[in-house]
Amino acid sequence: MFKTKAEEHIKRTRHIISILMENETGALSRVSGLFSQRGYNIESLTVAATDDATLSRMTLVTKGNEASIEQIIKQLNKLIDVVKVMELSDYQHIEREIMFVKIAATNMESCASIKRMADIFRASVIDVKNKLYTIEVTGSPDKLDGFLETMVEHKIIEVVRSGAMGITRGNNPLKV
Amino acid sequence: MKLSGAEIFIECLKAEKVDTIFGYPGGAVLFLYDELYKAEERGEIRHILARHEQGAVHGAEGYAKSTDKPGVCIVTSGPGATNAVTGIADAYMDSVPLVVITGQVPRALIGNDSFQEIDIVGITRPCVKHNFLVTKIEDIAPTMQKAFHIAMSGRPGPVLVDIPKDLTSGVDKIAFDYPKDVKMRSYQPTVKGNKRQIKTALTMIAKAKKPILYAGGGVISSKGSKELTEFGQAFNLPVTTTLMGLGAYPSNDKQYVGMLGMHGTYEANKAMHHADLIIAVGARFDDRVTGDLDKFSPDAKVIHIDIDPASISKNVKAHNPIVGDIKEVLQSLFTIIKEQKIKPDKSAYDAWWKEVRSWQSVDCLKYEQDEKHIKAQFVVEKLWEVTKGDAYVSSDVGQHQMWAAQYYKFNKPNRWVNSGGLGTMGFGLPAAMGIQLAHPDEKVACITGDGSIQMCIQELGTCSQYNLPLNIINLNNGYLGMVRQWQEFFYEERYAMTYNKSLPDFVKLAEAYGHVGIRVDKPADVEGALKEALNDTKRLYFLDFVTEPQGNVYPMIPAGYGHNDMYLNKQDALDDMKNKK
Repeated sequence: MFKTKAEEHIKRTRHIISILMENETGALSRVSGLFSQRGYNIESLTVAATDDATLSRMTLVTKGNEASIEQIIKQLNKLIDVVKVMELSDYQHIEREIMFVKIAATNMESCASIKRMADIFRASVIDVKNKLYTIEVTGSPDKLDGFLETMVEHKIIEVVRSGAMGITRGNNPLKV
Repeated sequence: MKLSGAEIFIECLKAEKVDTIFGYPGGAVLFLYDELYKAEERGEIRHILARHEQGAVHGAEGYAKSTDKPGVCIVTSGPGATNAVTGIADAYMDSVPLVVITGQVPRALIGNDSFQEIDIVGITRPCVKHNFLVTKIEDIAPTMQKAFHIAMSGRPGPVLVDIPKDLTSGVDKIAFDYPKDVKMRSYQPTVKGNKRQIKTALTMIAKAKKPILYAGGGVISSKGSKELTEFGQAFNLPVTTTLMGLGAYPSNDKQYVGMLGMHGTYEANKAMHHADLIIAVGARFDDRVTGDLDKFSPDAKVIHIDIDPASISKNVKAHNPIVGDIKEVLQSLFTIIKEQKIKPDKSAYDAWWKEVRSWQSVDCLKYEQDEKHIKAQFVVEKLWEVTKGDAYVSSDVGQHQMWAAQYYKFNKPNRWVNSGGLGTMGFGLPAAMGIQLAHPDEKVACITGDGSIQMCIQELGTCSQYNLPLNIINLNNGYLGMVRQWQEFFYEERYAMTYNKSLPDFVKLAEAYGHVGIRVDKPADVEGALKEALNDTKRLYFLDFVTEPQGNVYPMIPAGYGHNDMYLNKQDALDDMKNKK
């Protein structure tokens, strides 16, 4: 089960974890510190207060094998400020990420191509200035990757992604 | 009546029944010290002035580890706080309940790189159970209460409370209100073990042919030694303990096979290796215990009882995890045994015991004391004899620590106080201070070495101030012995910077602090010196034993080796080195 590092990498899969924690100063650094301290990786991390202002909700995406994910969940639960941890990957869940991409259109043809692609991905152009198109795309991280791939033929000026956030389907709320 | 922040702080300590606080004053804690002064005048709280903040924290650790109370200390901001970090990290690794109060610069100056400002909450985040920066006076009392609650409950650990100076000044005053109990929705440790899993454990034990009970420091933290002993005896299990678990099970019991791990006994390691069932109780499969995980106990199923779920299946997979307080879990186990009228078959493991006894007959801890050089093992064994095995013993880190663990046979919990997880040289003397302060009428010995003792030697001053009649057993071989041993075995005898060329005259040094110093260099004088020191209940004795310069700790499992692969003597090491070439 706990073999060499090389073997560990082979079995690493993506996991999405939701964390509900006390909205205290330093709460975020306790989580990010835990990951660097114990050598876990973070693919993305988003955090904001919830409808209850005393609670923050975090969505964290990480990769690891079964044993390391079990450890991650336990270590997160061990943090005193953490109220609840849920591995969304264990449930039917919805996952979304938002991305802004700024693309330079070199000619009319590329303008049309950018807009066409945005339509296909149900993305919207939210700003145009000096032939610079800013596009908003929302969807699963995979979809965002896909959109970026279609844009490689254009000149990508800037990309900003929110990191994934997620919620379970149906009646499995992460609530106090 | 309205109180200042500093007065509230004192009221919190009183509410938590703190009688002793270790510390070192400074700018940011002046208001707190002013109130401590008054509290001491009133006879409410005793403050112990260490000579270095590290000493203060280790002192609090010694106090906590030898009792069932938390250790409390107070230091100032900046360097006061950073000096405390080693002690805090030590307490974190060994699950010692501590509440450490650090002064912080006034709130208005935080973030300005002010004089003696440091982000101690940030610095200690990875080595505390939890920490707090108090930002308003109303929060002092509830935060202090949470700090004590968190430090003492669940898996114990250090909690740091950082208090800005302006909160304590008295400019603002509020009524003191100490809530009756603590409610934290985010922190509710599991105490009771799952019944179904406990039943499964009993089935697994009944099925096992070669079980072993492997107990750690968690047994002592949970005050579960009595239950552990009953459990082991009821099922006639071979029992081994970790370094931290010494005393959790009586060493003089015939089922005890000694400490396991890198310098554990031959029989304990062999039994672990060949076991088909490991019952781990309050232990965490540390790398110094398991050696190479790939070679660790290949045929064993594992029952793991621990209050910290994160310790279970961290290094070794548990087939039956039981989360809960050791004492509670073992008590429910006994209840189930009674309910189900289980009669353990004491002869079930006869064949297994025969094997274990054959390993014991190797007598792996034997040594020969000649007339010339004092063997460190001999000193520890004599100390054990002279104190009838009933002293409180602290140790530093290195060879002397392992010899202390191997040759001082502890029969009771809380008697053995050492730095296991972090391996902090300099721990022994201040820890012994803390023990003596908690147990003024008991014999306290600090087994140390010429390297370690110099790392917190300034605490000899604290011992004079508070008249602590410690017995310092300095096993002086002139080397940083454990490192030297590794250099001998694994670095072709290149003794890189491990020889102490200019040791102080420890006798004169002890005398300079007002203590008694004796240098002992003949084996024949060892017992007499120990007796003299231990019979004197008034003065601190610094016994400087000149020991064999290049003695080694055996048995030894080299890093990366399995439990069935030990050096029992120098010849084994030499043969292994030859094979490697």
